[in-house]
Amino acid sequence: MKDMTQMSTTEQFFFYMQENSLYVFSQFFDHFLISIYGVLLAALVGIPLGILVSKYGKLSTVVMTIANIIQTIPALALMAIIMLVLGLGKTTVIATVFLYSLLPVIKNTYVGITNINKSVTDAGRGMGMTKAQVLYMVELPLSLSVIITGIRIALVVAIGITAIGAFIGAGGLGDIIIRGTNATDGTAIILAGALPTALMAILADIILGIIERRLDPVKRNQKKSIQTV
Amino acid sequence: MLQIENLTKIYRGGKVAVEQLNLEIQQGEFIAFIGTSGSGKTTALRMINRMVEPSSGKMLLNGKDITKMNAVTLRRSIGYVIQQIGLMPHMTIRDNITLVPHLLKWSKEKKDETARRLIELVNLPPSYLDFYPSQLSGGQQQRIGVLRALAANQDIILMDEPFGALDPITRDTLQDLIKDIQLRLNKTIIFVTHDMDEAIKLADRIAIMHEGKLIQFDTPDNILANPANDFVKEFIGSHRLIQQKPNVKTVDEVMIKPISITIEKSIDEAIRLMVEKRVDTLFVTDGDNRLQGYLDVEGFTGARRTSKSISEVYETDVFYVKTGSKLQDSVRRILKRNLKNIPVVDEEHRLVGLVTRANIVDIVYDTIWGDEEPTAATREVAAGSAVIEELSLQ
Repeated sequence: MKDMTQMSTTEQFFFYMQENSLYVFSQFFDHFLISIYGVLLAALVGIPLGILVSKYGKLSTVVMTIANIIQTIPALALMAIIMLVLGLGKTTVIATVFLYSLLPVIKNTYVGITNINKSVTDAGRGMGMTKAQVLYMVELPLSLSVIITGIRIALVVAIGITAIGAFIGAGGLGDIIIRGTNATDGTAIILAGALPTALMAILADIILGIIERRLDPVKRNQKKSIQTV
Repeated sequence: MLQIENLTKIYRGGKVAVEQLNLEIQQGEFIAFIGTSGSGKTTALRMINRMVEPSSGKMLLNGKDITKMNAVTLRRSIGYVIQQIGLMPHMTIRDNITLVPHLLKWSKEKKDETARRLIELVNLPPSYLDFYPSQLSGGQQQRIGVLRALAANQDIILMDEPFGALDPITRDTLQDLIKDIQLRLNKTIIFVTHDMDEAIKLADRIAIMHEGKLIQFDTPDNILANPANDFVKEFIGSHRLIQQKPNVKTVDEVMIKPISITIEKSIDEAIRLMVEKRVDTLFVTDGDNRLQGYLDVEGFTGARRTSKSISEVYETDVFYVKTGSKLQDSVRRILKRNLKNIPVVDEEHRLVGLVTRANIVDIVYDTIWGDEEPTAATREVAAGSAVIEELSLQ
């Protein structure tokens, strides 16, 4: 056994990662799943709500205000409140992530649909599209990239919130960070939890950014036009 | 075909947009709604395809009450072109053209065939079908907008200031194009505009609206000759009232006999005919005297050595007017396109006459010396000078 106190922080970090690779990986995976579940649930609820809000202007202020209020509550406090109802564990963290993700998803769906040029939807209606056809043939394809932006923002925030979720026993990379803060000279352990968290957030941002550009009708067309020329 | 009875639209808050509108429109007519902004012309148009629900009144399309039909089914049977064009930015030109056929669930082959056939109608290459709207210019986009309104064989097409956002030259080309399509396909077009020149140029009958009421509904000539009241007179503008008077002639009255040659003859024969008749342009026809194109002396001076027959060298891109068109319009066309002359064809596309730049001289004469007919001698002189001009071009 090596003497840990003789190693530099970097060496300690790599040593920890080597010895506990399976543990770090399983926590990484857990962390990711908690964030994804929360965001997916928010998308399932938030996108239809955003569509509804964009159609009925009066609803928009009510829904937006509620979503805004949720966003202002500190994550730890919100988690503690939900914990009173749902108890310790993953479910509470997923519920918190869900509530935090609602605002970006609803807001971006609303903005994406209301920002579509009115003449396009007017033409669609004038050509004889039903309301449902206008929605899924015109409005959703044209606002998809903006909606994905909302999901991207939500996911990055969610990864941060899930790290705090370790405090109420949800597991994830936050667990490793707390372990590090409790240990004497635990810098390397803190890094072993914090660096993968940051990496996950950055990767999520980049990958969703690529998807977003793929789905943007205007940018996609420019790419194709180069091919045709 | 379309009867409108006591059509009224009152918006919430009591603003009366259209009041007791009565109109009857025949199949194949080109109708222009014209008026200042806020006159209710767009509202009236949008009530026909129920984009705006009427407050009261009846509209009968081929005997069926529009207000009792399903709005979606109705709109699929009526073409609609809007000023902002409104092409779907995420769909290719092909998908945009065949949007209504798609909604009507036509087969893919039928849709593709329709798209290919239609795009040629507006002089765009078929390769454009795979482009996206953002790759086209505004004028090209509106051509596609017009095609979209034709794709499902709609008999009646509503146009809401379709060329309002285009530059004057593009607008002019598209006006010619739409008039040509309308005549060729025998479509009924209802057109909203605030441009009197556009209305006079295109419409068979003009409906002048003011503050939600129909002031006058008549042919352009009758409106220019007898404006219903001072508002109409002011709206038309005094310069048009004066301009209109001397020239109600049609091309048939002034056209001369064109020199033509049939398509299978050789180039030597063509040149011999040109020398004999002292002209520089021959019109190429088929055996049935149908206009195929023209042969310009400038066009084949170099080609003569390599080609033997007319069919190899003649120009197919020829501007023509139909018999019965107004002389003034034809002359305007000659000047605008910088043509030397313009052939006149009948309904079967047979060559029947020719209007030349000499007719411009006649019109100038008319406007300077008024209504008195130019004597035969002066007309001869005018025609002679045009020939001289044509010869000098060689």
